[in-house]
Amino acid sequence: MTAIAIRNGHLIDPAAGVDAAKDILLKDGRVAEIAGPGKLKMANGAEVLDATGLTIAPGLIDIHVHLREPGQGYKETIASGTAAAAAGGFTSVAAMPNTTPVNDSPEITRWMQAPERGASARVFPIAAATRGSRGEAVNDFAALKSAGAVAVTDDGRPILKDSVMREVLSAAARTGLCVIQHAEDTRITQGASMNLGPVSFKLGLRGMPAEAESQIVERDIRLVTELRDARAHLHVAHTSTAAAVAAVRQARRNGLRITCEVAPHHFLLTEEHVGFYNTHAKMNPPLRSAADRDAMIEGILDGVVDAIATDHAPHAAHEKEVEFEQAPNGITGLETALGLSIQWLHKEWKMPLGRILSLLSAQPAALLGLKNRGTLTIGSYADVVVFDPRAEWTYRATDSKSKAKNTPFNGWTMRGKIRWTISEGRLVYTGA
Amino acid sequence: MNVAAAVRRPLHPPPVPASPFPYHPGSLLSIMDLTVEGVSHILERATALEDMDPLKRDDILAKRRIALLFYESSTRTRTSFELAAKSLGADTTLVSNLSSSIEKGESLKDTGLTLRALGAEAIILRHNSSGAAWLLEESTHLPVLNAGDGMHEHPTQALLDLRTILTHLRDGATHVTPETLAGVTVTITGDILHSRVARSNMLLLPRLGAKVILCGPKELLPEIAIGAGPGIEIERDFEAALRRSEVIMMLRIQAERLAGLQLDLQEYKTSYQLTGQRLAALAPQAKVLHPGPIIRGMEITAGVADGAQSCILEQVTNGVAIRMAVVERALLSAQQGARA
Repeated sequence: MTAIAIRNGHLIDPAAGVDAAKDILLKDGRVAEIAGPGKLKMANGAEVLDATGLTIAPGLIDIHVHLREPGQGYKETIASGTAAAAAGGFTSVAAMPNTTPVNDSPEITRWMQAPERGASARVFPIAAATRGSRGEAVNDFAALKSAGAVAVTDDGRPILKDSVMREVLSAAARTGLCVIQHAEDTRITQGASMNLGPVSFKLGLRGMPAEAESQIVERDIRLVTELRDARAHLHVAHTSTAAAVAAVRQARRNGLRITCEVAPHHFLLTEEHVGFYNTHAKMNPPLRSAADRDAMIEGILDGVVDAIATDHAPHAAHEKEVEFEQAPNGITGLETALGLSIQWLHKEWKMPLGRILSLLSAQPAALLGLKNRGTLTIGSYADVVVFDPRAEWTYRATDSKSKAKNTPFNGWTMRGKIRWTISEGRLVYTGA
Repeated sequence: MNVAAAVRRPLHPPPVPASPFPYHPGSLLSIMDLTVEGVSHILERATALEDMDPLKRDDILAKRRIALLFYESSTRTRTSFELAAKSLGADTTLVSNLSSSIEKGESLKDTGLTLRALGAEAIILRHNSSGAAWLLEESTHLPVLNAGDGMHEHPTQALLDLRTILTHLRDGATHVTPETLAGVTVTITGDILHSRVARSNMLLLPRLGAKVILCGPKELLPEIAIGAGPGIEIERDFEAALRRSEVIMMLRIQAERLAGLQLDLQEYKTSYQLTGQRLAALAPQAKVLHPGPIIRGMEITAGVADGAQSCILEQVTNGVAIRMAVVERALLSAQQGARA
């Protein structure tokens, strides 16, 4: 593998506290040297990337994506999904287990990571917490962990039974894994296809109450409190309601190991964006009220939110070209996360760029215990994104590397254009 | 960083587009597609077409092709649309979900494209899913007339209800303004939650100056209904609402959409049934409307349904006139160029 020297750029590495002009040398898949501009000593023979005017940062880490393999390759493959990841600056993605079959075994967990999948970014499988994600029999977490699983979840099929959730939390704590919960009381969201409120009433659609999320978060926090001595770690996926963020904030004050993530669509869009039954604005959890959306921004700004995660959920075009109530949930997100975050969190709402990058790399790495990732210190993985933080561009879904085009952000103005994405020393994306 | 200050800053992500694509100018998907002037135009055309010599009327859409695509059973809406189209000379064809390839799994998009390829110039759609008319219009670019989509809207029903109200309260006026129904209170009672008729009416009538009272138990009338638009209030006490009403619109309980909702029907009848006694005591002058089908002895007694204050069959008759105007608009407005 050739060495790559990135010169004349501005390095932002929040975990290491670096925000300065630096050159960086990548060798054998690792960071080999970091030096002031023009001061690299070991760069002889290295391919040189001129990053004048650009920002160099740790490759982004998305802890919530659906890559659809095995079993649903018509929606997305690990190759196409990670190509989209690379185009969005992501070098690590954590893949949810709602595949066909469900990833509840070490075999599937290994299969997803095999070189034959042709991934352009590192894939970290998140395994199912229970057999078939049916919420009954708890899987062998130690075996899953040694096969490479970084967390467990029954994403999309929340664990409702208290006894099962308690067992999952305590088994995961023993194994040193985090439990990710898609917080939704599905007993009160039957037949619902958007947020419950004046908009759902007006559109004649059954709605999901905010309590469906917050009540499960509160229940889970109670279980983690009971398991305080075991240091159980609960991570709340795609938080979407003010009440859920408030519950997490309070639990953290009480010293519990509770983390949460927010998706760009939940800090930007509201239920109004469903418009006239736009199936590209249908996901679960749904777009919520303006007050909920504002609570997501507040949570990001005040630090209670640990990660920006996309919940990248590709679907085939024909699956979304149906009646709103029948359309599957989910939108793509890997290619738009950084551009939207810089445009809105940074430019509009004045959040420092370093903190945004931290939410997209250092913090998610820490959350899932991904060693030597999310930072660019000597010896860490050569996972790097180089981008122009000031460049404005327009997202075109038709140009997506993903197989799917189901995004509500088609035609939106983004800021922060990816020039290069490097995964473990390999140049996996070159932007225009 | 001062978080509170940052969050208080006005947040302005790009605005929601009013419409995701330019509608066909002949489409009628929501009652909100019509301006007050547009409503007047339909009312005027309805009367003109009704009064016209049937032999002359027959030429207006002679041999034009209109498809009726019905995913739900219907008596009034289907028949009146069909009669309306035929009395303008159009050829109609009916496709229903129970006797077509829809049963074999053909999508709404493909069904629409097939009808278009068969020469349909407009599609009248009744569908059990809210928003289906938007999907059909986007897929086919044909004029689509929404004949009821799920729990969402039924715009032609609101127009024929308006015509019925105007006949009795405004001497059959066909020209309406934002003041035409000033001082008129319309109470809509019953299963508001599942009613597309209620939604179209509560969006139309206040724009003409009427006050709309929604009445029913919490299970069938959630508080969020008040946010549907201006000029709407909620009154749980049926008798109090009756006292204030010039028009009483009763709705059927939609058993097929209750989805596990438990409702004590006996209690419902006690509180919300429109009986002769209630009507005589509290609203002896009010007009009684019902979009049908009526369930005698449930939301309304037989005596009231057949009584002197009932306009139920008049509504049905008005349906044909209104739908003639709407069908004519569907096929002729195409030639007038795109709507702004």
